[in-house]
Amino acid sequence: MLKNSLREGSVRIPAGCAICGIIDRTGKRFSGDEIMKSIATMRERSNGLGGGFAAYGIYPQYQDFYALHVFYDSTEAKERTEAFLNTHFYIESSGRIPTVKVASVTSPPRIWRYFAKPDRNRLSESGLTEEEYVAQCVLRVNRQFDGAYIFSCGKNMGVFKGVGYPEEIGEFYQLHHYEAYLWTAHGRFPTNTPGWWGGAHPFALLDWTIVHNGEISSYDANRRYVEMFGYTCKLQTDTEVITYLYDLLVRKHGLDLETASKVLTAPLWEEIDRMTPEQQEKYKALRAVYAGALVTGPFSIILGFNGGMVALNDRLKLRALIAAEHGDRVYVASEESAIRVLCPTPDKVWAVEGGKPIIEWVRNDGLWPAIAKGSNHD
Amino acid sequence: MKKVYPREEWCLGCKLCEVYCAAAHSRTGDLISAFKQEPKKPVSRIVVEGNTQHSIAISCRHCTAAPCVESCITGAMQRRPDGSIGCDETRCVGCMTCVLVCPFGAVHKGEGNKTISKCDLCTERGTPTCVEHCPAFALVYQENEEGGR
Amino acid sequence: MINYTLPEFLVDRDRDRCIQCGVCVRQCANEVHFFAPDGASLRTDDAKCVNCQRCATLCPTHAISIRKNPNQLRESANWQPQLIREIYKQADTGGVLLSGMGNPQNYPVYWDKLLLNASQVTNPSIDPLREPMETRVMIGRKPDSLNFVCDAKTPREKCSINSPGSRLAEPLPPQLELKTPILFSAMSFGSISLNAQKSLAMAAQRLGTVFNCGEGGLHADLLPYAKNCVVQVASGRFGVYRDYLMNSAAIEIKVGQGAKPGIGGHLPGEKVNEEVSKTRRIPEGTDALSPAPHHDIYSIEDLRQLIFALKEATNYTKPVFVKIAAVHNAAAIASGTARAGADAIIIDGFRGGTGAAPTRVRDNVGIPVELALAVIDQRLRDEGIRHHVSLIATGSIRCSTDVVKAIALGADAVYIASAALISIGCHLCRNCYTGKCNWGIATQREDLTRRLNPEEMSLRAENLIHAWTHELTEIMGGMGINAIDSLRGNRLMLRGIGLSQKELDLLGVLHAGE
Repeated sequence: MLKNSLREGSVRIPAGCAICGIIDRTGKRFSGDEIMKSIATMRERSNGLGGGFAAYGIYPQYQDFYALHVFYDSTEAKERTEAFLNTHFYIESSGRIPTVKVASVTSPPRIWRYFAKPDRNRLSESGLTEEEYVAQCVLRVNRQFDGAYIFSCGKNMGVFKGVGYPEEIGEFYQLHHYEAYLWTAHGRFPTNTPGWWGGAHPFALLDWTIVHNGEISSYDANRRYVEMFGYTCKLQTDTEVITYLYDLLVRKHGLDLETASKVLTAPLWEEIDRMTPEQQEKYKALRAVYAGALVTGPFSIILGFNGGMVALNDRLKLRALIAAEHGDRVYVASEESAIRVLCPTPDKVWAVEGGKPIIEWVRNDGLWPAIAKGSNHD
Repeated sequence: MKKVYPREEWCLGCKLCEVYCAAAHSRTGDLISAFKQEPKKPVSRIVVEGNTQHSIAISCRHCTAAPCVESCITGAMQRRPDGSIGCDETRCVGCMTCVLVCPFGAVHKGEGNKTISKCDLCTERGTPTCVEHCPAFALVYQENEEGGR
Repeated sequence: MINYTLPEFLVDRDRDRCIQCGVCVRQCANEVHFFAPDGASLRTDDAKCVNCQRCATLCPTHAISIRKNPNQLRESANWQPQLIREIYKQADTGGVLLSGMGNPQNYPVYWDKLLLNASQVTNPSIDPLREPMETRVMIGRKPDSLNFVCDAKTPREKCSINSPGSRLAEPLPPQLELKTPILFSAMSFGSISLNAQKSLAMAAQRLGTVFNCGEGGLHADLLPYAKNCVVQVASGRFGVYRDYLMNSAAIEIKVGQGAKPGIGGHLPGEKVNEEVSKTRRIPEGTDALSPAPHHDIYSIEDLRQLIFALKEATNYTKPVFVKIAAVHNAAAIASGTARAGADAIIIDGFRGGTGAAPTRVRDNVGIPVELALAVIDQRLRDEGIRHHVSLIATGSIRCSTDVVKAIALGADAVYIASAALISIGCHLCRNCYTGKCNWGIATQREDLTRRLNPEEMSLRAENLIHAWTHELTEIMGGMGINAIDSLRGNRLMLRGIGLSQKELDLLGVLHAGE
């Protein structure tokens, strides 16, 4: 067992990675086979020390419930956490997440799933929005309950992750049994050897998930910025801080996804100087007010949420990120091979430009409740 | 033509221009040797008039209509091809007429018996040494009074 | 009468080199050098030497060297020679000891105990010669968040920064936009010469940064540079009038100065000549007294009133800064100042320079700017208000890495004054208060101020900031950072060396090796 002192959260661990994502813009759901095949193509970009997936639209029967995925190190941790969950939530259903034995996936924790709604009385007493209530409860468990870690807590979506190569983790969770309209995946190459399942990616908060490749150099500036707004960067990872940045900008400040992405990858001053006076005024304000949220250093991310995804590259394009379109499908991946393995002749393939977000929405045809990212929830 | 112009408002009266000019035109060209070892005291072609409160460094203006050239009895004082004015020592008889007629007092009696001494713009060295060593930027080497360095 | 004070320095003249040119005689305002009655040989009066190096620098044969007087008082670790000399001086005069420039005492310099990071393998360093490297900063008050609106029909969540016709729901408060995070700090006309001010003004204008005219008003000759001038409103209110405020880049309320926290200023009437009188807008020959406190600021709510009085007077078009000295409860003071409406807070550490300060105050009052900056930045973050205000650190920023470290600790920008003066010739002899500055800086004597030619000296000041900014981008590039915003408060880029756990905690940095 790895020493706790080397886990995410105790030290900052840079990691190289592979990422990919597939969305069907009609909202048609498809099994996890495809994303597993895609990420497996980039096996040499991972080293077996972390892999994971996010899937959207997988729990239509529980779409009004927050799906909590939890790692427990011990029965005692599980009992304490469940006591907390039972007082703060109404639990519709709970049980182990089905897994199978995979030779290379060793010492998994106990992995449980709860479909939960905030306890009505406690929610109204708290004076918080429903989402904020759930977020705070989750952050509290993760901060205060040793041996328990809630790694997924959105509605009608879920994160599946662990220590191993991503395609083996996918097999472990039997992802071919799940159907989603949006899948993202992550294979990890950390620079030391933590074996903690919670440290694998994607990182999730509510329905936000992020898979990320690169190492940002603005980390501590970003961390100290979001921590001013009540977040605690417990894991000390880039993924965590970028998730909080999006959560802050979109959910709390009410910016739309494009503007929020422009905050993270703000145009260079020399570009701003060339804009029309009207655009200049807005972008100068953006850079002045959100200077602490500017992310520099190499990164490529795929942000997933209920209803769509954003693919974003750092503004200098220091990491690879390729996109492709075929009919209603949009693919993004660290390498083109991971797209071509699924879709040999896409309609269009292009390299994602630095600082130019690709935002893909699922058409709202009534299959699930539309969740407008950018609405203020107040 | 580039000339040395004094900027009176910045002159400190420190006389470093004189020191460097004299040394540059000495036999050895070396500061310490010129002042301490050479038998003849070195003479500066630029002279600071005034005191540390008000001063100005004066050297040959290389006038367009130059009284020194016009009055030279042997034709020793001549305009050179580059426009500057110099003295052909082989012709100079040491009559000192030029010294007397110069309206700026910029022609001096030389170190020897017959020659005179005046600013030669340090043509052999490039930049005039007085300009190079002025600590106050009170001497400028430029095309005209106003600027154009 | 016995003169108990022996010369502090001895002036040596190498007879083999000296050519008796007399430049030293003509250049020393302290009259150290003089010709002997024979008119040829040179003599020195060592007691008058302040070790400003003017003679040694201008001596064409480098014949002059200045050394510490080897004559020693009997040694004592407790009764250091300087203390004894000061007692003799006070016994002579009965007065308060005066000093110029910053605290020279041997206190820890935390800049020198912080090490910087660089990228290796997992994150590429960036070459500033090939990639954009941004040093632009916006100084001023910022709201928590921005709100973009389109026409009435478009719902807010559909209104992006790029949507046609979208605009800011509310305009941003006034910002000072600077090309480099290095500003020239306050130095008044009176404490320094007009030529020194003009040198910095010209440099600031070309550099796209600002200078600060201090509390002595803005001389008419500097009006062409007013757009690059931070104008000060200090306790004496000298030179403050409508146009002074309206023409400025920003307004700075000076509450305190790092070199002399809690102490006012006094420009004796004999120094208030015609030019100073016009600029300060006081009668010629009257004493210019800057009270220790602002007599309309006896508490934080009074500061708020002055801030808003100035904002009203300028129609909310100018950022209003508040400058405070780094004292023990700096964090609480800064928090109050931020809440009082200041757009930027200047935190001036105890090594900051001065034209004249009581020696005992300069050497003993206040705290290092590194600690004050670190705790203020953290306090404002703990209170969730750090992003509302800009923080400018000052008080002996000596080189580009001090700038990098200050920004990584949390500053938006730095003010420099001593370094700027050194670039135009100051040799830190610390005798500014005598008015006989041989370098033409801290003096109003016409024959001395002429030694500073603003056209030429502004190039030197400009060069210095260019060089520092270039070094800043090199170091940022090494860290893999391409915008100064990502360095600000990025304390992971810092490691302490040889510091106690308490010091590390206050600075908010890990120890080297961690």
